[in-house]
Amino acid sequence: MSGLLFLIPIALAMGLAGLLVFLWALRSGQYDDLDGAAGRVLFDDPPAGPVGPVNPSQQTRSTPS
Amino acid sequence: MSVAVTTLDIPAAPAIDRSAALCVHCGAPIPGDAAGAFCCGGCASAYAFVRELGLQRYYDARSLDPRERRPRPPEDPADDASAYTVSGTDGTTSLSLLVDGLHCAACVWLIEQVLARDPAVISARVNLTSRRLALHWTGGSEIAPRLIQAVQRVGYRTVPFDAAQQGGASDEERALLRAVAVAGFATANVMLLSVSVWAGFPGEMGPATRDLMHWVSALIALPSIAYAGQPFFQSAFISLRAWRTNMNVPISIGVALAAAMSLWETARSGEHAYFESVVMLLFFLLLGRYLDRRARGRVRSAAEHLVRFAQVPATLLAADGSTRRMPSASLKPGDTVLIATGERIPADGQVTVGFSSLDRSLVDGETMPAPVGPGSDVLAGMLNLSAPLRMLVTTVGERTYLAEVVRLMEAAERGRGRLVALSDRVARRYAPAVHLLALATFLGWALAGPWQVAVLNAVAVLIITCPCALGLAVPVVQVVASNRLFRRGILLKSATALERLAEVDTVVFDKTGTLTLGRPELRGDYAVDAGDLELASGLAARSHHPLSRALRRAAPQAAALEDVQEYAGRGLSRAVAGGEVRLGSRQWCGITDAESDGHADAELWLVAPGRAPAHFRFHDALRPDAAAVVARLRVLGKRIMVLSGDRPAAVRAVAESLDISDWHAGVSSAEKFRALEHLADGGAKVLMVGDGLNDGPALAAARISMSPSTAVDVCQTAADIVFQRASLRPVLDALDVARRSGLLIRENIGFAILYNAAAVPLAMAGLVTPLLAAAAMSCSSILVVANSLRLGRAR
Repeated sequence: MSGLLFLIPIALAMGLAGLLVFLWALRSGQYDDLDGAAGRVLFDDPPAGPVGPVNPSQQTRSTPS
Repeated sequence: MSVAVTTLDIPAAPAIDRSAALCVHCGAPIPGDAAGAFCCGGCASAYAFVRELGLQRYYDARSLDPRERRPRPPEDPADDASAYTVSGTDGTTSLSLLVDGLHCAACVWLIEQVLARDPAVISARVNLTSRRLALHWTGGSEIAPRLIQAVQRVGYRTVPFDAAQQGGASDEERALLRAVAVAGFATANVMLLSVSVWAGFPGEMGPATRDLMHWVSALIALPSIAYAGQPFFQSAFISLRAWRTNMNVPISIGVALAAAMSLWETARSGEHAYFESVVMLLFFLLLGRYLDRRARGRVRSAAEHLVRFAQVPATLLAADGSTRRMPSASLKPGDTVLIATGERIPADGQVTVGFSSLDRSLVDGETMPAPVGPGSDVLAGMLNLSAPLRMLVTTVGERTYLAEVVRLMEAAERGRGRLVALSDRVARRYAPAVHLLALATFLGWALAGPWQVAVLNAVAVLIITCPCALGLAVPVVQVVASNRLFRRGILLKSATALERLAEVDTVVFDKTGTLTLGRPELRGDYAVDAGDLELASGLAARSHHPLSRALRRAAPQAAALEDVQEYAGRGLSRAVAGGEVRLGSRQWCGITDAESDGHADAELWLVAPGRAPAHFRFHDALRPDAAAVVARLRVLGKRIMVLSGDRPAAVRAVAESLDISDWHAGVSSAEKFRALEHLADGGAKVLMVGDGLNDGPALAAARISMSPSTAVDVCQTAADIVFQRASLRPVLDALDVARRSGLLIRENIGFAILYNAAAVPLAMAGLVTPLLAAAAMSCSSILVVANSLRLGRAR
């Protein structure tokens, strides 16, 4: 039974990591437009803007093609 | 987004394919007189613009959704967006726009690419779900018109909006999704530990290991419950403070007591720890609530979208002669406003310059256009048909006809009273019964033995009756039903709309624009000479008058004639060899001797040198399926009434053709409202279907109301349901889905009660173990969800 002492923390840490990744994805706006994101992948042009809400501090200039 | 992709086969240079005869840019049928592969000049220019930017892949990749507006460039200029731009500190500006006419991801791509080619643009991102465009560029607000025009030029209408005001709903949705994630994490991990306890104890696992498992479970579960349970705790607290109960009260009590008792059991090294049941319950309930919120948010934003595009901007003429587009709400008395042909009057006032005719159908249901000239009083909501007008605003705000209608609507809303959702009505009876049973269990066991055992069994009753199935039953059915209707272009705006719709026994229709299309059509029941019709259609080609449009629809192939003069309120004329061709009213054409048969129809006369005078009669045609829908409603046993503001003759004609005996004509908006109140006093449960300004109060007074999306914005705001098709079929669809979802909700509630009837005696007898509780709870939830999903699959 002593294996539990490190197996339980490992299992919990993995679960927690998954939760944190999900919360991060949610915060960065990846769940805001599920319909659009599904179609966006079909166009291979450089993205017209960053993923996420418009926030001047996060902006990167898009390359006109 | 539709999955099927309709690929339009576009050659490099657009060839003229008359067999298909669809516009290359917008996909609309090409009218007879248009040359080339386009339906209009706007589409030709849009196609050229897209090719010039090298974005013609758009045409291969897109799939046009028939429910959306065609991507035809709008003729009217863009609204002034300067009030909505937000300036950043670093010399950049951002703007949020609602976009109309988004069909699929290709539209998103086209708009983003068109804007990305503008050197000032830093980012342009279209959200296909909320149909919003977030723009960010370097420079001031003076660049905004250029960017908006680029979007309009490729075929999309836009309306600016204040992004800061709209943030609330999606923040709440995100918070709910975070709670779902936390509850899901806790459920999976606590279940992992619990399953090992169930499998290993009593057996190889010793009590010390089991206690360790319980403590770890408590460590995960308690913070998760404290976080993810907040939506329920808050709502229950608010409701209890107002001395009411709702569904969240039994949920909160059950969750809190079960968590507390499990902790106590863990501390005294007992075996009755229910952590997994509690977090699983929260997870299922949160999931139901999140789906509900998401479906409703989507419908609400679609409805908001419709209303915004229905709002009328006004063109203000300033003292220095310049013009400015502004929201009609910010007009002041004394302002001079220009009204172009085809625009709605933005405020009550008086015409100062110009002669035209006005379509009043949205204001009072009258279908015949009324001529106006300098000095005529006009009301907000009327449609300018034939010539530009200049008007002086006399009253705004509180004293306009519109404001009076809105006041009546507010009074009606108050009279409707507070409707209690079905699940809350059930909770009101369910919660006390469950709490009494738990108390009885406690007292029974307390008399027989130690109080600890009594508490344990009483809490087991609360856990096993925790209304997981009940809490899921209603939201899941609502989600499935509203998605199903949403796909058919029917937007449920109110949460209780389905429940109210299911009990309707009387249907009241407005006539103009509801039973009928709200526009005149050439009558097909008498002979018209084809040559006359062709000539008349050619004359009428450039006119916006509804009768001219009807002639064009009757003979679209006729070539448009040039040099036609339009005289507002009288008719059209064109000089030809040997005299003049005239199309217009009886007086305009000099017809004095013709028979006056006293019919109620609108008419036009055509006189030309060397021809006998020709006579065209028009009527307001019924929606194509109005007769079928009314017949079906009658089969369903609904009482049907027509309340219209139009003349008796016109209303009688429509009512008789639909075999409706109960009709009332010339009814004002206040009278409609009183008629609805009278019906409600008589015990009738009324569905009101209407689209005009004069229907607003009646829509608000009815038990439930529907409006087509062509209705004025106040109606769409007042109606519980908005539908987007040209047919009346959505009325039947909505009634059908409401009836079946009502049935499903009852089945689900019945099932939940049955489940409790079986489980509660076990709990009262002290036989429920944590394993049994977890299994029973998940099985009942899954059954209820599976039963609800039948609604989406059927037919």
